[in-house]
Amino acid sequence: MDVVEEHDIQDKPTKKKTKKPKKQPKPPHENGNDSMIEKTEPEHVDAPAEFSFPPTFSVSEIKNKQRRHLMFMKLKQEKRKQKVAMKKKKKKERDALGDKAPPKEVPKTIENQRVYDETTVNPEDEEVAFDEGTDEFSAYFNRLTNPKVLITTSDRPRGRTVRFCNQLATVIPDAHVYYRRGLALKKVIPQCIARGFTYLMVINEDRKVPNGMVLCHLPDGPTAHFKVSSVRLRKEMKRRGKDPTEHSPEVILNNFTTRLGHSMGRLFAALFPHDPQFVGRQVATFHNQRDFIFFRFHRYIFKNEKRVGIQELGPRFTLKLRSLQKGTFDSKFGEYEWVLKRHENDVCRRRFNL
Amino acid sequence: MQHDDVIWDVIGNRAFCSFKVKTKVQNFCRNEYNITGLCNRSSCPLANSQYATIREEKGQCFLYMKVIERAAFPARMWEKVKLSKNYEKALEQIDQNLIYWPRFIRHKCKQRFTKITQYLIRIRKLTLKRQRKLVPLSRKVEAREKRKEEKALIAAQLDNAIEKELLERLKQGTYGDIYNFPIHAFDKALEHQDEESETDSEEEEDDEDVGKKEFVAEDEIEESDLSDFEDMDNLKAGSDEHEESSEEDESEEEMEEEPEASGSKGKMPLKGAVFRKKRAYVEIEYEQEMEPVPKSKAT
Repeated sequence: MDVVEEHDIQDKPTKKKTKKPKKQPKPPHENGNDSMIEKTEPEHVDAPAEFSFPPTFSVSEIKNKQRRHLMFMKLKQEKRKQKVAMKKKKKKERDALGDKAPPKEVPKTIENQRVYDETTVNPEDEEVAFDEGTDEFSAYFNRLTNPKVLITTSDRPRGRTVRFCNQLATVIPDAHVYYRRGLALKKVIPQCIARGFTYLMVINEDRKVPNGMVLCHLPDGPTAHFKVSSVRLRKEMKRRGKDPTEHSPEVILNNFTTRLGHSMGRLFAALFPHDPQFVGRQVATFHNQRDFIFFRFHRYIFKNEKRVGIQELGPRFTLKLRSLQKGTFDSKFGEYEWVLKRHENDVCRRRFNL
Repeated sequence: MQHDDVIWDVIGNRAFCSFKVKTKVQNFCRNEYNITGLCNRSSCPLANSQYATIREEKGQCFLYMKVIERAAFPARMWEKVKLSKNYEKALEQIDQNLIYWPRFIRHKCKQRFTKITQYLIRIRKLTLKRQRKLVPLSRKVEAREKRKEEKALIAAQLDNAIEKELLERLKQGTYGDIYNFPIHAFDKALEHQDEESETDSEEEEDDEDVGKKEFVAEDEIEESDLSDFEDMDNLKAGSDEHEESSEEDESEEEMEEEPEASGSKGKMPLKGAVFRKKRAYVEIEYEQEMEPVPKSKAT
């Protein structure tokens, strides 16, 4: 009984006078109390006297919603205070130690904690170098071919998609936009090859908005299927500059680390001509972050050797790779090198493929 | 006995018919043996003891006939004749089977048969063309992906990454001699010794930059972003509007404070850049109304 009384005394007095000191739902938990007291003693000591929580008390046991809410808020406040106190203490310690202080801890981010992918490419890897020397893009990288891109859409495109295609055509030098008119892709491809195109880009549309892209490298190259999202056309851009000129842009490819990422990077690089014209000061960026590829198109200017200003022109969109298929477009009988399986990545949210 | 008229009177006009679908303008008949699909005295299969229809099953057309002799045997009531796949032959078959039948039914049967063959042809043509495959989206999954994308965008810090990359490339010399900035590493190492060469290179810079376009602000400002420029324009525009309104006030109230007011506002565009460094503050000017000069009445 003593135990129970103790708890009653230490019960939290509520600030509001209207609330009577609570009749605790203690009686049912009497048994638990004894064992719990010792464990939670230190906590007791820390808590300020006014709002000392009886150790075994859990906020969720209060039946009255208002009071429960109040108690929860108080609990949160206390925790926050404790956290601030801890921080201050640490800071003091660090200042006291001065130079000898241990280095600041780096906060954990998803990028830091990324599960190591065994297909990460080591720059000196011979096998990879050999593969890249003999894959479908080797013709481009050996400067045998110049890129020539055919951009088209799915059937009956709406205005937004058409405008997007036109803007893409200005961004990619030597790109031609053609209307689809119900043609079958498999029939289009041999014609493209005959006319010397190196890339076929099909923008798929759903509900008047572009939402997918099929990028097919032509002679016999891989076909990548992407999900397109967050498309911003040029007039929706804030603070954009004038229209892009005809100069070939530079290409920046960021964060393509794995084998798959590497082949993606080559895929994007082969869209643009070999020699960027630095006079134009335009740069197209494909930045991979957590399997999302962000495309941006900027104009840059070097103010001095330490500073550069960039101004965004051109459309922006994000891609997410859905599947990579060897050979040209053949969805039924093609050989898929990689397919996005959602449940694989649902298991661990720190695992990425690109 | 089959009393067609009575039946029609009941189901067509007065009481309920479970096959009837009423719309504002018209009545339809949902009976599967109905030849026209409308609810009429001549089209109702229940109210006509002699009736014929064309029906289609899996691409095959059949002629169904009902005669009054079999009215008592519901299981055998409808006679089913398979029609040939050849359009003309099928029409002849219809004619042969429905010889001596009322003109209306013969005509409607042939019409229906024509329509059916047309839509069968269309089906066959469409299946040869590309078909749209509808992939169902899961709302939860899409929302999750969207959120992940937003987070990834924030984590990417694209502008910084791009700027860093460009500076890297500049350092490594991929741009060659286009930008003649002194290489930072060298300068750092030889800071004390090479002050002269630094000034030289600066002069060179000036010479080389003659033909080039550069974005230059009116005034010296800390150029953290080019984005500042737009805001500056807005600021200027704001101050212009302010000036106009003050002028209007001037004309109305004829205050001596006008020159001061316009003067101070006139300074704003010049100070604009410096202005922005300080915190934004509001300039409040109090304009006092003079008492209206009492007009003396001429007496």
